[in-house]
Amino acid sequence: MFGLRGSSRSRVALAGALGVGLVFSLAACGGDKSDDSSGSTDTAAAAIDCSQFSSFGDLKGKTVSLYTSIVTPEDTPHKKSYEAFEKCTGVTVKYEGDKSFETQILVRAKAGTPPDVAYVPQPGLLQQLVATGKAVEAPKEVADNADKFFGKDWKAYGTVDGKFYAAPLGANVKSLVWYSPKDFKDKGYTVPTTLDELKQLSDKIAATGAKPWCAGIGSGDATGWPATDWVEDFVLRTAGAETYDKWVKHEIPFNAPEITAAFDAVGGYLKNDKYVNGGLGDVKSVASTTFQDAGLQILEGNCSLHRQASFYAANFTKGTDISENGDVYAFYLPGKDATTKPVLGGGEFVLAFADRPEVKAFQYYLSTDTWANEKAKVSSGWVSANKGLKIENLKNPIDVLSAKILQDPNAQFRFDGSDMMPAAIGSNAFWKQSTAWITGQDTTTTVNNIEAAWPKK
Amino acid sequence: MLSALLLFAAVLGVILFLASRVRGKRSDTMIGWLYLLPVVLLLAVGLVYPGLRTVYDSFFDAQGVSFIGADNYKAIFTDGDLLSVLGNTVVWVLIVPLAATAIGLVYAILVDKSRFESFAKALVFLPMAISMVAAGVIWKFMYEYRPDQATVKQIGLINQIIVWLGGEPVQLLITDTLKLNTLLLIVVFIWIQAGFAMTILSAAIKAIPDEIVEAARLDGVNPWQMFVRITLPSVRTSVVVVLTTLAIGTLKVFDVVRTMTGGNFRTSVIANEFYSQLIRADNQGLAAALAVVLFVLVIPIIVYNIRQVRQEA
Repeated sequence: MFGLRGSSRSRVALAGALGVGLVFSLAACGGDKSDDSSGSTDTAAAAIDCSQFSSFGDLKGKTVSLYTSIVTPEDTPHKKSYEAFEKCTGVTVKYEGDKSFETQILVRAKAGTPPDVAYVPQPGLLQQLVATGKAVEAPKEVADNADKFFGKDWKAYGTVDGKFYAAPLGANVKSLVWYSPKDFKDKGYTVPTTLDELKQLSDKIAATGAKPWCAGIGSGDATGWPATDWVEDFVLRTAGAETYDKWVKHEIPFNAPEITAAFDAVGGYLKNDKYVNGGLGDVKSVASTTFQDAGLQILEGNCSLHRQASFYAANFTKGTDISENGDVYAFYLPGKDATTKPVLGGGEFVLAFADRPEVKAFQYYLSTDTWANEKAKVSSGWVSANKGLKIENLKNPIDVLSAKILQDPNAQFRFDGSDMMPAAIGSNAFWKQSTAWITGQDTTTTVNNIEAAWPKK
Repeated sequence: MLSALLLFAAVLGVILFLASRVRGKRSDTMIGWLYLLPVVLLLAVGLVYPGLRTVYDSFFDAQGVSFIGADNYKAIFTDGDLLSVLGNTVVWVLIVPLAATAIGLVYAILVDKSRFESFAKALVFLPMAISMVAAGVIWKFMYEYRPDQATVKQIGLINQIIVWLGGEPVQLLITDTLKLNTLLLIVVFIWIQAGFAMTILSAAIKAIPDEIVEAARLDGVNPWQMFVRITLPSVRTSVVVVLTTLAIGTLKVFDVVRTMTGGNFRTSVIANEFYSQLIRADNQGLAAALAVVLFVLVIPIIVYNIRQVRQEA
């Protein structure tokens, strides 16, 4: 069956030669990607003090490669914020944004081809990356800046086994409740300052026959995460930050009484037929509604309250007045009393895989208040926990609110717990079981199931 | 990219060059093996080795570090959630191939030699052209739920029909009573696959010799007898091929479940659970075990398929 007549052999050889030729010409066509580096120079880089980089030596012509999960359109203000640095030092920052950053960065680190600098959005991932042995400790200048500009809690998230690796970059605030200031004014509601007041407000609205809350935990294959944020916020409030830390580190079991109590407290809102789900259905509809859709019911007048992070602002259609007296705005999800201020949130950390001077200089720049203010001037929907960030540089009212919450001296910041737990819990069992819990599973079964899924050491 | 293409060209060139040099009595066989060589090598590297490696990994823990024996398999067959995954897969494999083949066969017979045959076939075949993810998104809208309130309008067709008929809207994709949500996902897959069954079976029906059909007509068969005695036996091989192909495709179903429910609300199937465990839960061992279970389930279907086709040949 493999028969080839003698005479056709030469034809085979010819075909081979043709094949080679074809491949060559194909290779000539494809190949190098178009190089769109951040070379736009339309903004006159604000005058920053260039002398601060002099200790890093002459860096002219050097390149720093940057790898991050921040993609278009949010990457533009990032690139713009590096221009001042590039102008001062002559270094080129090669920006690479990738939606599958979180899986790819580990692959690249393990394969020995990491970028010079990566923006790591989760402390858990940061620890995994340090464990590969490819990451480099932050230089002293960066560590000093972290002490100067960031709270101890933030510095701790960039520290692995007592060594400081990564300074914080951006931040988001999750402990927010979205509401309509206009609607509140019309109906005479006031923004609550304690958890009890929040409950009273919910009851007051429910008494009018309306559903006070709208909620949605749908998010494709990540369905359930908004519910875990609720639980984390309530563990912080009902059990306190110390218990929260133990819970995240699994020093107390997931089904500890404090956690069960926090779940039940959340259930008082999310599984309460009188409270949810404005304009969306019964309690079960919380599970089937995407988190993006849920909060829009505030604008429809179907609900008054929606707990979601600062980045939710992006979901409202253009032209929506998001401000203190506008169509929609947010207030801080209150603590147990008006004096304690636990804040749940997230953020990115700058991890380096190379210790060349230009990389150090770039790390240093990102950890300064100079950069934070440069970035604030060019972006909307972005804040940092950097204490040197001047609030007047922020334009967006939600950014201003977030920055005020982060810089509050009473603020006790805690990183999103599910981002710090092992993946088997943080991005699987916790999500899945919370979804099952919303659709009817009782609290005890839920926390027991999650505890059982915790990886055995 | 460039180096990969060069390597490909070089390998191709070397093989073709060698083939042109082979002389002698057994040269045909030699050339045959020579041509097979890259395929065999690639299969070994890309299929056999990973397959064996997966089996090996399935006996290890989440990080692939310590040996835990058959614990992963024990989990699959005892854990409540994973049992429901297996159960759902069984429901899928029982319903989809039979329903899609039956619909395809009946449709093929009905439109055969009719005036609008090609148009009617195109209608059923069109869903095949849509990706499963897109089909999932489309049907998600079909099943969409909105509460029954004066200010809120239904946007899902099925619930709108229920409301028109005077009923209460139902949360279709969340309700797992009698596996309703799983069955609704199955409908989507059948919608996609019926066109495939119809195309193959229609071709097989057209291949039935006219003499046989005419002889049967002369003997005075009614349509039912024609179907049972003539059509069905004549297209038996094609039916087996379609059934088994669909069964294998169904075992691997992933996109539809992932897009429509993400495996929540007790709708997960093996392929989806495998992905979740590997990518999301970071549990390599369990993911490998699920892959092995999937593989083991596919084997008998393939064996049956090959034996049936061989018998005919």
